Amino acid sequence: MDRRTFILAGTALATAACSGPAGLAYWDLFSGGDGSRMMDMVGAIGTRLDAVTLAWGTPYYTKLAMAAAGGRAPDLAILHLSRLPGFAPMGLLDPFDDDLLAAHGLTQDRFPPAVWNRARSDGRTYAVPLDTHPLVLFYNTELCGKAGLLENGRLRPIRGPEQLLAAFDKAGLALAAARDVNPWRLFWTLYRQQNGQGLLDDAKALTALRLLGKIGATTRFTDNNAAVALFGSGQAGFFWNGEWELPTFQTQHTPFDVAPFPQVYDRPAVHADSHAFVLPHQRSRDPQLTAQTISAVAELIGQSLTWARGGHIPAYQPVAASQAYLKLLPQANYRSAAAEVELDPPVWFAGAASDLQSAAGATIGAVLGGTKSPEVALGELKATLVRLRNTPKPA
Amino acid sequence: MKRSGFWFVAPFLVLYVAFLVVPMLVGLGASVTDQGITGHAKFVGGANYLELFRDPAVWSSLWHTLIFTVTSTPAIVLVGLGMALLANRAVPERWLYRLAFFAPYLLPVSVVVLIWNWLYQPGFGLINDLLTRLGLGEVGWLSTDGMAMTSIVITTVWWTAGFGFLLYLAALQEIPRQLYEASALDGATPLQQLRRITMPLLSRTHQLVIVLQILASLKVFDQIYLLSGQGGIPGVRSIVQYIYESGFTRFRVGYASAISYVFFALIAVIALVHFRLTAEKR
Repeated sequence: MDRRTFILAGTALATAACSGPAGLAYWDLFSGGDGSRMMDMVGAIGTRLDAVTLAWGTPYYTKLAMAAAGGRAPDLAILHLSRLPGFAPMGLLDPFDDDLLAAHGLTQDRFPPAVWNRARSDGRTYAVPLDTHPLVLFYNTELCGKAGLLENGRLRPIRGPEQLLAAFDKAGLALAAARDVNPWRLFWTLYRQQNGQGLLDDAKALTALRLLGKIGATTRFTDNNAAVALFGSGQAGFFWNGEWELPTFQTQHTPFDVAPFPQVYDRPAVHADSHAFVLPHQRSRDPQLTAQTISAVAELIGQSLTWARGGHIPAYQPVAASQAYLKLLPQANYRSAAAEVELDPPVWFAGAASDLQSAAGATIGAVLGGTKSPEVALGELKATLVRLRNTPKPA
Repeated sequence: MKRSGFWFVAPFLVLYVAFLVVPMLVGLGASVTDQGITGHAKFVGGANYLELFRDPAVWSSLWHTLIFTVTSTPAIVLVGLGMALLANRAVPERWLYRLAFFAPYLLPVSVVVLIWNWLYQPGFGLINDLLTRLGLGEVGWLSTDGMAMTSIVITTVWWTAGFGFLLYLAALQEIPRQLYEASALDGATPLQQLRRITMPLLSRTHQLVIVLQILASLKVFDQIYLLSGQGGIPGVRSIVQYIYESGFTRFRVGYASAISYVFFALIAVIALVHFRLTAEKR
């Protein structure tokens, strides 16, 4: 950049900062591909939104909570539904007016029940879900074909722990598990597939941990970037992670397809979360601005197909059932997962980027890495849960 | 007479009360409640204090803070002293050395962390790149728990040694030149001059630098928080960081206040001990 363009850019920035009528303030935590797709959606709607993107995870939730506690939060924000139990009961979110939502076609029957239920707290609606984003099983069609795991070009259904281990053994699995929340997601999936209740059924938790230990012993256990690179470059037949990695492999032209998370135990279930629109608490809420905000939410939800290109399953059923989405491949191949989603347990210390995910993730990650036995890990996991449960809930 | 004096210090007093005394009292009040970030707090008595003494995270983060303090303080003091002795010599372009030694101290923490984060990167980081070129193995500067604290201490020494350097340099220039000239006539070697003249005359500065450095190191937060990144490194979390996390990411303002007060008491004890030790000597 030469000096003239630098100065021009500087002046443009300065004028942009102090010109024009302000739009609705909107905060999100999407970077990379999701970030640019969200900006496309924001640009495509009629309502003007001034979007601010903050760093994913703890920094985002700290800032959102502080802004809401001060009562001068943005008009609209993104929240992981799993974090709702830590936000809504504390008064950090304002409820939606159900009639206003209905006027824009945002009603219960148009969202998957598992997600809509989690958008409500104390009998009121606090969130409008945009998507569900479950764990899925990526598979390399060439490698799995050679290993004889395909049937008519698609992955033959995997049932039970033995088939799962055999498949991973034949084609190789790349797994992101080091210092990550993935171990917790895998554990919760396997635990809920056994219909494990509450926190925590010892026998079922141990079954899940033992399987994870076996999987860890036979797979290429790596950090996330390395796992993505391994699968992307065709060195592993399977990759187990959230569907959000899908665009990466599309750009790399990896020969791949995606299947829902296999049913290993008694019932289909898969860990997932959901990005949802919320109204952070404002001390004095302008009814007119709130009405505008709700119409902006409806417009954004209407753009769900753009959002689905990033791999996420649209929560809004009119889009999820549309021909355009059904033709969107490989996304539509795992759409059934939306009916099987299991969010984090509905407690205030769980959810995306929470204490539970990082503490449990470290313990379960050690099982996958082979440095901790499932029995020891179970004890640690229970100690973590006791500690979190005994922590007084903040007022 | 006395009244006019009061009015002269009043502007300072108002700010002092508003921004130090009142917040401290509010914090003390919060530490005996279950104050969150919203809503009404309930009085819980000493529950927060009881909880913190049983909270392993309090002890581990306090331990990390102490390790950081006992490793970084001597390093910073010695490096600062060494640089001051070097820069005090009659060499050409002395201002350049002085500027170079002091410059890192002027950088904001975010810049310091940005620089060192790149230096420490695996694969393409300058340090690891150099190590592999020399045929040595890579070091996981920030990725292994054992190395992370060392890396943070190195960064901190590089960043803050300039402060001690400045105080030592000023003190060195206070020492009368005649002392050196007279001792040289008596046949004292430079090493003897350092031991018998420079060091004894720097003793007041030593005390000042050491106590200021201990207090600064105990309060460490920013470079650890920034260097450990999103997930944090469990082996290096400092007590101030744990206070921040309790209050601002777990929303337990009351509990965070209680930890702050225990930590405050600890610092006060250290300051008091130092005061006693130095007061007796005078």
